[in-house]
Amino acid sequence: MAIELNGKTYDTDEEGYLADLSQWDEDIAAEMARLDDAELTSAHWEVMNFLREYYEEYQIAPAVRVLTKAIGKKLGKDKGNSKYLYELFPYGPAKQACKYSGLPKPTGCV
Amino acid sequence: MAMLHTVNKSSFDRNTFESCLRLAKEGSSVLLIEDGVYAAMKNTTAAEQINSAMGTLTFYVLGPDMDARGIKADALIDGFKIVDYNGFVDLSIEHDSVQSWL
Amino acid sequence: MSTIKKFFYVNRKAPYGTVYALESLEVVLIGAAFEQDVTLAFIDDGVYQLMKNQSTAGIGMKNFSPTYKALGDYDVTKLYVEKESLEARGLTIDDLMDLKWEDEDDDWAENDSIRVVTSAELADIMSEQDVVLSF
Repeated sequence: MAIELNGKTYDTDEEGYLADLSQWDEDIAAEMARLDDAELTSAHWEVMNFLREYYEEYQIAPAVRVLTKAIGKKLGKDKGNSKYLYELFPYGPAKQACKYSGLPKPTGCV
Repeated sequence: MAMLHTVNKSSFDRNTFESCLRLAKEGSSVLLIEDGVYAAMKNTTAAEQINSAMGTLTFYVLGPDMDARGIKADALIDGFKIVDYNGFVDLSIEHDSVQSWL
Repeated sequence: MSTIKKFFYVNRKAPYGTVYALESLEVVLIGAAFEQDVTLAFIDDGVYQLMKNQSTAGIGMKNFSPTYKALGDYDVTKLYVEKESLEARGLTIDDLMDLKWEDEDDDWAENDSIRVVTSAELADIMSEQDVVLSF
């Protein structure tokens, strides 16, 4: 599968995750969200930037439980909870946010 | 006839390196690659064997495989020469034959 | 989860040369979702998995050593390294990554994850486990 945007082709797997992480840019993130009828706000970007930094440091996309805990530590308890994160990413915080962030699907999780 | 021996198994996990040392003739070269590179480190249980063979064999270790495993040059037994992939090719050409111990 | 079991992962292979180390790490991360009592043991060439300064650009493989630093986030906080295996390889704990876990209940205080233990100590730890997985 692939997404065409601005004359570029972004290959994805069957679930819509980018095949090549290095292809990621902010435009494709917004386009992936648009295809899901979602719009990325600064609150979404806060979580997505966190995920990209986490991946850069640890070379994995964190499981949702880990993401929630780590967000809580970094951005405060009002954001480090399932309710807040599910409101932003209704398809599952780790799964959906990782997709838009260009990361692989988190290992064994929501 | 000078032979190049390559060893890609950890000497602590298999006896590949030991067999190589037993059968390599004087004047041959031994190149450690992949998990074989761990044997090139100082202060291991394999070090004494290598030190005693140092006079008759020439020892090489593949740099990229050292880097991958976090082994620094100063952790190597004295006398080991580090080569890159081009050096590996050169060694293959310089020797009459290559024995890849698996 | 009704009963928490003690899971013990035995790591005996060096990274990169074979796929065991990476497979083990992935199973540990997936298993962590089940919130069991997890312990990892590093024996024989398994101790090489924890070496500092791994850099795989030259061999074209993914460097998965940074992922060990995330284990604390997954509540995997007990990594036992066998002393005898380290010594046979000319290594000390200073050659290994400095892995920490943060205690959420103690204002995120940092604690060491790696503990070097003797064979006898490790034998005792192993004998107390409910499930043993070997890699």
